[in-house]
This record gives sequence, C-alpha cells and structure tokens, in this order.
Amino acid sequence: MIKIEDLHKSYPIGKDSLHVLKGIDLHIKEGEFVSIMGSSGSGKSTLLNIVGLLDIHDRGNYYLNGQLIKNLNEKKAAILRNKFLGFVFQSFNLIAYKTALENVALPLYYKGMARKERLKIALDYLEKVGLKEWANHLPSELSGGQKQRVAIARALVTNPKVVLADEPTGALDSTTTDSVMDLLKAINDEGMTVFVITHEEEVAAQTKRIVRLKDGVIISDALTKVAKAV
Amino acid sequence: MKFLFDSDTWQEIYGSIRKNKVRTSITIIGVLWGIFLLVVLLGSARGLENSFNKLFGNFATNSVFVWTQSTDTPFKGFQEGRRFTLNMNDIAALKSEYADEIRLLAPRNQTNNLIIKDFKSGSFKVSGDYPILDQIQKKQLLYGRFLNQNDINTNAKVTVISEDMYKQLFEIDAFPIGQYLKINSISYKVIGVYKPSSTIDFDGDCAYIPFTTYRKVYNTADNVDWMMITANEGTDIEQMERDVLLTLKGLHKVHPEDERAFGSVNLGKEIGKVTGFITGMQFLTWFVGIATLVAGVFAIGNILLITVKERTKEIGIRRAIGATPKSIRQQIVLESVFLTTVAGMLGVVLGSFVLFVIDMAFGQGEDATLINPTVNIPIILIAFVTLVVLGTLIGLIPAHMATVVKPIEALREE
Repeated sequence: MIKIEDLHKSYPIGKDSLHVLKGIDLHIKEGEFVSIMGSSGSGKSTLLNIVGLLDIHDRGNYYLNGQLIKNLNEKKAAILRNKFLGFVFQSFNLIAYKTALENVALPLYYKGMARKERLKIALDYLEKVGLKEWANHLPSELSGGQKQRVAIARALVTNPKVVLADEPTGALDSTTTDSVMDLLKAINDEGMTVFVITHEEEVAAQTKRIVRLKDGVIISDALTKVAKAV
Repeated sequence: MKFLFDSDTWQEIYGSIRKNKVRTSITIIGVLWGIFLLVVLLGSARGLENSFNKLFGNFATNSVFVWTQSTDTPFKGFQEGRRFTLNMNDIAALKSEYADEIRLLAPRNQTNNLIIKDFKSGSFKVSGDYPILDQIQKKQLLYGRFLNQNDINTNAKVTVISEDMYKQLFEIDAFPIGQYLKINSISYKVIGVYKPSSTIDFDGDCAYIPFTTYRKVYNTADNVDWMMITANEGTDIEQMERDVLLTLKGLHKVHPEDERAFGSVNLGKEIGKVTGFITGMQFLTWFVGIATLVAGVFAIGNILLITVKERTKEIGIRRAIGATPKSIRQQIVLESVFLTTVAGMLGVVLGSFVLFVIDMAFGQGEDATLINPTVNIPIILIAFVTLVVLGTLIGLIPAHMATVVKPIEALREE
C-alpha cells in the first residue's frame, strides 16, 4: 500500500538546511495498523506529511497504492488525497462553522457527489462513530473525544485506502484516548490501513506494528503483542 | 462555468458567509456605501438640475430686459449725463425692424402706490402691462383672469392683484373677483388674483392694470419705463440684444459706443452660468461617486485578504481533504462577486429609498429645492456591472493568496 525507499527530506533554514529524514525505508501493506513513534524532532510528522501528499520529498521513491509519487502538482495531489487518504489531526481541524454532518460530508463535496447522497453517506459514518444524534451540532458544541470521532468519520467517508492520524490522541484525556483508539482498532479490523503518529507508548502499544524513528532514521520496526496475539 | 449553476457551490458560499457574519456585514457595508453614495449624489444632482429647470421653466428663458439710464458720452450736441426715456415709438420701431427675431415685446410702466380696500390699505407696486406679459412670465391665477386685449382697448379700470395683497386687503374668505379697490384714489375692479412665482420674479406683489389705463391715470404719455423682449426660437439672443440696443441708440441720439445709456439683462446668459455650474456639479458627483465605489471594492479586496489569512487553516483543511486549488479559488472569487452583488443591490435599494425620502422632504410643493431626484436605470446598470467586474478582479488577489500557501503550512497555522 505504502512503499518508501531511501526517502530524504531537508528544510532550508536560512543559508543552512536541516536534514530531517535521512533515508527511510518503509513498507506498509494493506490492512496494517502501524504507529510511528519518536520524540519531537525525530521527523515523524514530516514523514506523515510526505506520506499524506501534503509535502514533497527531496530524494528517494514513494509509491502510494503502487503509484510512484513524483512531480505532483497541487491539483493532482488534491485528487489523490481525496481518493486514497483520510486525515485525522491532533487538533481535530474541523471547520468551525459547519455542523458535524457537514464536516463529514465535505470530502465528498470535493469528490463531486450530490448533496443529498453525500449527507446520507456522512450520516452513516457518523452513526458508525456513534455520533448520529450529534449530526447537527457545531464542533464547538462537542467534546474533544467527540470532535476526534467526527474527524475520523470525515477521514473515512471517502472510503480511502489509508487513514493517516497525526497524534490523534494528543489533545485527549486517557478515557477518550481509549475510545478513539478503540474506534481506530475497529476500523483496522474492517481491513483499513491505519497509520498513526504518536509519542505515547500506551497508544503505540495498541497498534500492531511500531516503527521507531530517531534523528531521521528508523531505529526499530517490530510487531507488537497485539499483532502477535492475532 | 458549470460550477456557477451548481447548487453545492452556492451552498458552500452561503455557509461560509453566513457563518462569518461580522466580516460579511463589514464587507457589504463598504460597497453598499459606495453605490449608495453614487445613487444619492446622482439623484440629488438630477433633482437640483430639475429644480433649476423649473426655476426658469415659467419664464421665457430667451428674454432680454432693456431700460434707460444716463449717457456717458456727449453726442450730436448733447452733453454726457443726459437722461431720457423709452417711448411707444421705440416699441413700434423695434417690432417692425426685428419682426423675424422678436416673438414678444412688452412695454412696461411701474410705480408704487397706496392701495385701499374699505378700511385696509397697503403700499404696493402698480404695473401698467399688456396681456402678453402672461406669455413672457406665466401667471398662476388663483381666481379670475389676467388682463386681456379688451381691457387695453377700453382703458378699463381693472386690476389683477397678488395673493398676498388679497390676504392683506380683503376679509378672510371674501371673494375678491368683482370687488373694488382704490389705487391713487381711483376705483379699480379686481378681475384676478395670482400667486407670484416662487422662483424668478421681477415684480413681486404687484397690482397689474392695463397699460393704456396706466398711461391715462399716471399721465405718462408715450413713455415706457422698461421693456421685456422675448426672441423667437433659433434667434441668437446676444446678437439680438446688441442689435436692439444699437437701434435704440440711433433713435435716441445716443453715441453708438455709449455703455451706460441703456441697461439690459440677458436672461439666457444668466441661465447659461447656472447651467455651467450644474454641469460642473454633475461631473463632481460622478467623480466622487465612482471614486467611492472603487474605494468600496478595494475595501472588499482588503477584507477578503484578511479573511483569507484568517481562514488559512480552514483552507488548509479543505485542501487536505481533497479541495483542488481551483475549487478554492473559485469559491473565494465567487464569494467576492456574490458579496459585491448583494452589497450593490442593497446600496441601490437603500439609495433609492433615501432619494424617496429626500423627495418627500424637499421635492414636494412649489418651493421644492430638489425635483424628481432620480437616477437612470442604465446608469445604475453600468455602475453595477463595473462593481461586479471590479469585485471579480479584486477577488482574484485573495484567491491567489489562498492557493500559494502550501496545505502543510496552512495546517500548521494556529
């Protein structure tokens, strides 16, 4: 599903440049539940941004769903994001003036789906994350855990190949963290590839594979107990 | 263009502007103010123009008034400073010599007299006139009629008085027609009451009596105090004025280059000055109106730019979930156009309403200062189209700004 070969990325800082990713090799197969762990500055967010087509790499190859990602313009990137990827952010990133339902339906709007149809599908996904009753509430009227569940529903609504979650539990307390992780697990159980970035061991422990990143290189890549149990 | 008719596009725009009420209203007010000012200014200028037109409307504007003063040059044995008077011979001579140019020629004699009605009295102007005065300066009669040829022929002792004179001299609700007044101890029958023009009026409150009667009563022989001449359509009024004065100078043995002997006023020339003023004012109105409109559009661009900055994150989110740069651009430009259009419409409506109020306040009745303050539909349409085009162009700037920021940077924005 995601195949990365010798990926490099550096950011210019003034005259110098900061080498963030120093040759990453990673292969994630369909249906995997992977977490990327690392302290801040390890390059994990950069990796996710490149995988999520929000940023471009300098060197190396990146295949998404078998397709080599190269020389993407914004338009193509937008279409690929819409088609293959679902995003879950630490700060939820819901549009404040749209209701939960409208937020979930928005990716379908950019897909060009008719309003009635997309609202119906969005409602199905809200039901799936247990927030059907909250469909017409604004994000400001929802708790943090509820917001993140709306964001997950939004990530799922286009039926993507991969769900990318950037610190999905970073802004949540332990109880809601568990409920969000349970939701991600349930999604993974249905066959969805889930790619989580986190620095919390407890969160990573609930995934099936942990990739540890330090200073731009992978220092370990191992299956967890959860995976072994299955 | 298909996206224009897509209800989803409008749903998105409606959603985004409905949820950003403050900035939406500020934006709208900016443009609304521009087009509102344009409408009100143009309408007021039009109203003023109309009222100026009306001001001169009941007066034949191609008129010249001529009277005598004293000579400033010795000529043919006469010393300078000689005083002389116009007479009926002059009238006849001018009428025959300028038969083609002169449409109406009214000789006039005027004096002030005590006018008495029973126990009431007042001092008023008394004017000996011909019926044609009514054609040069239309009299608005409240009761009865103006002088007619029969009054002239029979030297009738009849008078037409002003509304104020009627109010001063008569009991309340007394019917004036057929009543008698005493002017200089001679009884005259009142045959008409007129309302003096609220605009241009050289006579004020004046008792009109037949010219022939005046001549007999005041023993003025053939003398004429002054005359009003109205030219035919298409006559060069200034040329006629010069010719008439030259003829009169010849008749009265005045040096042809005597500047002081005759006084004259050319009404057309005076009106020309006012018309020039109005034209200047209209130009100013256009200038101010369009400048305000442009300022309003720039305000929209400015606010949209701020908005785009404010919404960087939202735009980043939208792009992360699959919005193409084009769709973002379309949305922002369309928002700009939509806002300018709505603001423009509101401005036109509000401006029209204010014009309506102005019309109610200043546009009614005889003394109206602004008559029919209106703006032409084509002018509104032109202003409107300009506004929408400018709105589109100005919307392109923030739209571009919204898409040059990479989604990743947009998302990082807090």
